[in-house]
Amino acid sequence: MSDAASNPESSGQARSRRRFLQGGAALGAALVAGAGRPLVGQAQPAPDDPSKVLGGPLRPYGERSRFEQSVRELPADRLTDERGGSFTPLDETLGIITPSALHYVVHRGGLPDIDPRKHRLLIHGLVDRPVVLTVDEIKRLPSMSRILFLECQGNSMTEWGAPRGKTVQQTHGVTSCSEWTGVPLSLLLREAGVQQGATWILAEGADATGNERSIPMAKAMADVLVAYGQNGEAIRPENGYPLRLIVPGWTGNINVKWLRRIKVVDQPYLTRMDGVGQPTLMPDGKARQLQFVLEAKSVITSPSGGHRLSGPGLYEIRGLAWSGRGLVRRVEVSTDDGKTWRDARLQEPVLPLAHTRFRLDWRWDGREAVLQSRCTDETGYVQPTLGALVKVRGLNSIFFNNAIQSWKVAADGSVHNVHA
Amino acid sequence: MSTRRLWRAAGIVALLVAAGAWPAVAQLPTYNVGRLPTAEEVKAWDLTIPPDGQGLPPGSGTAALGKAIFEERCAACHGEKGEDPKYSRLVGGQGTLATAQPIRTIGSFWQYATTLWSYIRRAQPFDEPGFLTPDQVYAVTAYLLHLNGIIGEQDVMDAQTLPLVKMPNRDGFMPDPRPDVGPASPQPKR
Repeated sequence: MSDAASNPESSGQARSRRRFLQGGAALGAALVAGAGRPLVGQAQPAPDDPSKVLGGPLRPYGERSRFEQSVRELPADRLTDERGGSFTPLDETLGIITPSALHYVVHRGGLPDIDPRKHRLLIHGLVDRPVVLTVDEIKRLPSMSRILFLECQGNSMTEWGAPRGKTVQQTHGVTSCSEWTGVPLSLLLREAGVQQGATWILAEGADATGNERSIPMAKAMADVLVAYGQNGEAIRPENGYPLRLIVPGWTGNINVKWLRRIKVVDQPYLTRMDGVGQPTLMPDGKARQLQFVLEAKSVITSPSGGHRLSGPGLYEIRGLAWSGRGLVRRVEVSTDDGKTWRDARLQEPVLPLAHTRFRLDWRWDGREAVLQSRCTDETGYVQPTLGALVKVRGLNSIFFNNAIQSWKVAADGSVHNVHA
Repeated sequence: MSTRRLWRAAGIVALLVAAGAWPAVAQLPTYNVGRLPTAEEVKAWDLTIPPDGQGLPPGSGTAALGKAIFEERCAACHGEKGEDPKYSRLVGGQGTLATAQPIRTIGSFWQYATTLWSYIRRAQPFDEPGFLTPDQVYAVTAYLLHLNGIIGEQDVMDAQTLPLVKMPNRDGFMPDPRPDVGPASPQPKR
């Protein structure tokens, strides 16, 4: 395999900086400092032979190598630093677990600063035993861990009308996958004693917008977690520290972060997010409301937009697939603009409601090519083309764009986002 | 354990109970965790209002009263008349939802006035969430409904009248019909 395939060049500041660093750490450091990014390497180059130099001291909390520069990308056009999202660099993550520090983030009222000793979870409403629980009390209860993807329903929202994102980070970066640890919500609800007539729950976060979402009782009792762990340690502040709801396979925003209250109720409360923030507008002017499941989706992460192939030869096409309805059964890849498809290899274990890594060897002949992936989930649902989605939903629905993504490889090896 | 030690242990438990550090009666008995919330705790957080208006607090306001509050606390982001699209356009857009440039505002898109009340109460103003009193929230809500031509300038909004407001797009929503696209999808039910 060529170097380009294992570490494809690509556009974007992080990547160009990394190339400078690889060329010479001192020069790179100067350029990085000038660009206002975290200082890397400082003026000190790494030794030519690290086996001839005594290494550094023990560290109580690990950090990645100073030469690694993958970062979440914040939209350049954001109106404030408190409201909006940041995107996971999907083409630079490996396997199926997203490092917590690179997990995508969307919130609208800034990052709350929460002392876990003061944080409380209130469960009330239509229950026999309303209760206030501390974080320590929740940690004492029977726990479970699951590897689950999250995806903002706005992922790929820029791509409906034209191919706008330059990179897979921009087109698909508001999905990530973590191992989440917590208490089944069903356990808490059973203990609290759900009363007759309770059909929904209302979950609320402790942030400045008080993100509130209504969730049907059947889902709340099925597989929802009150989570405190992410990838083996406490959930990161951006991802909901110290408690968040994890609602497997359902739209990101309903996985309420900084969870402080669950009210058991008899109707959807149609909060701003439920009622007007998340509905999708159809061509007739009507809007679909209370949509939850994230339908099957996949994307080739390498090669992808902004990369450049170093020349003809063998490359490994890599990507991620997921479905909010369960297991990914199959991922097919086309390298000829959808004319023919080949089955990609799925990395075991394939887990339900988790990112699934797929791979396929591809010999690039140096001519123009269009790369696409298409996944099928365990229900038989097949990831649609953009055209099929637009035909039914029009161009105003904003959310739930799970269309097949196309990357065009030009004769010079550069890779671009296109609509096939 | 000696009698003296037992008394000492009982004393420590009593002290912990008094200090609130040991739940006198655990609310979740199986695992012996959790305590009963106080009425004040529930009242402070239980602010979300469903479409039927359940839980709306006492208080009232009119558009005439809300105008001054809006201009002082809201107009910097949303425009003097709620027309600025930069953060969220609040006014206008009726009749645009089926066009190529839909404008989603309180007047054109929102389904229930209770949602507006609840969101303002909890999350606005942006830099000072929860700052407005119930009277002020009723007044600002009334002003925004009035700017959208839904109620009159002197109409009083309170716990009784607010849930009765019929929003222009009240019937503009439908349930999720997905899966709606793709070869393996069943036909949409609607």
